[in-house]
Amino acid sequence: MRSLRWGVVPLAITFAFLYLPILVVVALSFNASDSQFRWAGFSLEWYGELAGNREIIASLGNTIVVAVGATAGSVVLGTLLAIGLHRYLRWSALDALALGPAIAPDIVMAIGLLALYVTAGVTLGLHTVLLSHIVFGTAFVAAVVKARLGHLDPSLEEASLDLGATPLSTFFRVTVPGLLPAIVAGGLLVFTLSLDEFVIAFFTNGPATPTLPMVIYAMLRFGLTPEINALAALLLVVSFTAVIAAQRLTGLGGSDE
Amino acid sequence: MTPLVSIERVSRRFGSVVALDDVSLDIHENEFFALLGPSGCGKTTLLRILAGFETVDAGAVWLAGTDLLPVPPYRRPINLMFQSYALFPHLSVERNVAYGLEREGRPRDEVRARVAEVLRVVGITETARRRPSQLSGGQRQRVALARAIVKRPRLLLLDEPLSALDRKVREEMQLELKRLQHEVGITFVVVTHDQEEAMSLADRIAVLQHGRVQQVDAPVVLYERPRTLFVATFIGSNNVFPGMVTADGGVAVHGLGVLPARSGGVPPGASASLAIRPEHITLDEMAPTLRGTVADTQFYGGQSTLAVDVPGWGRPVVVTQQGATRIGRGTPVGLRWDPAWAVVLAE
Repeated sequence: MRSLRWGVVPLAITFAFLYLPILVVVALSFNASDSQFRWAGFSLEWYGELAGNREIIASLGNTIVVAVGATAGSVVLGTLLAIGLHRYLRWSALDALALGPAIAPDIVMAIGLLALYVTAGVTLGLHTVLLSHIVFGTAFVAAVVKARLGHLDPSLEEASLDLGATPLSTFFRVTVPGLLPAIVAGGLLVFTLSLDEFVIAFFTNGPATPTLPMVIYAMLRFGLTPEINALAALLLVVSFTAVIAAQRLTGLGGSDE
Repeated sequence: MTPLVSIERVSRRFGSVVALDDVSLDIHENEFFALLGPSGCGKTTLLRILAGFETVDAGAVWLAGTDLLPVPPYRRPINLMFQSYALFPHLSVERNVAYGLEREGRPRDEVRARVAEVLRVVGITETARRRPSQLSGGQRQRVALARAIVKRPRLLLLDEPLSALDRKVREEMQLELKRLQHEVGITFVVVTHDQEEAMSLADRIAVLQHGRVQQVDAPVVLYERPRTLFVATFIGSNNVFPGMVTADGGVAVHGLGVLPARSGGVPPGASASLAIRPEHITLDEMAPTLRGTVADTQFYGGQSTLAVDVPGWGRPVVVTQQGATRIGRGTPVGLRWDPAWAVVLAE
């Protein structure tokens, strides 16, 4: 018990280190002053300003289009990739290779994708960002779904076939429900990653359709405004909600065996 | 009568491992048939071939006169009760049982009625709305059974049906399975490594070893007239004496002399083993075949076992007696048996 009491100190320091930046941003988003460095009382002024900023709202729309599209695309491709690897290719080198786009530094992916689009003569725009996000998103979903597949009883699919369900029907009625916690968790992961992805979007986007992180970056060049704090706080709420939901779903998935 | 299932010269190998080696078997309508053997004998492979999850390298399988092998598992009138039960965890008990009927496109009223009926037959009506994770082992097995018989298959396959249950539930389910088989009139094929399970359930048993059929017979015949040494020792316990068949039909065993038997078809001079069940050996001081001393006794309630050391023979000879024995360790005894009970097995 004594060791536990003293253990609280490094724990508290670690968590302070982790969460202080986040707390600062959230606190400043409610600051009535327009200076970052002076507290002038509580205010929702910056949230109001944010709602009136058409550039930000438009970019938020772009970001959500990309995030939703990337999630949908990655979930389908990643699930199929995981099943294919698990069922037909028991080769660990290929498993590692499938994870590559998730591990590779964003800047490498960004340069590679840009070079690819330019070489192929593809016009840059929201669609290229979407495609790029599906590339790393698929790898993330595949990794999460593959972990779940290892715990799934293969005789469930056989039981379904045995009872007269076709392979396609078996896939939707038995395989997908069995993988659902992992599919949802992977999807939420991709959604949050896509939501604030900057480097790849910066390289592969066209000028007409900036995503939210790109607009924030542009704003920074003219000096920080407290609007950004309000935006950051809102993004935080969305990301945390998604991640907590993902964790709860995977947790549920693990405990029903 | 033509058999319901005809397995003709089926072979299957996995790499260098021979799972099935030229297996031929007939299974008749309404029969309770058992595939018995130690793990790795090929019984599960044969079951999976019947269910459609495994292919053959050579041979044919017929079901009621039609070639079964090109038919995919979801079109075979055969259902399998999996060893792990394989209940769908995301569906309730009644949805699990209804699954096969729904895939057949049966009207909803019929599905509901048949599911209710089969849940009643296996005695788990009260669990209908629960999830499999909320059931006991015995209940899960009943759900698996209900799900497998609700479509009224021509053939029901059961993979180690009782192995996951504790002893008391197992005895109960054993009786239940026999009752059900009579009641629903479906041909059952059970795969098991447990000889007691096979003996108590099946009308006929095929004993497999190393992918080959050793013997197919009714339980009593398998027990009393094993045709191979493997069957003689795998089913029940046996005292085995290897030697050579003599002119009078006995077996000459090195160190023991000629032991009495009726060699049946094994010709004199052939190498053979004599097998005699412990319960067929009697204690006889007047004209014993073998003499020895009691090395150990064990009491099992209904019967006792004596381990008798016989000079010239390396292993104790096992003798069972009804009830408790009064013979103590170290007592000299004479052993005798009726030659008709001694089975001679060619090498």
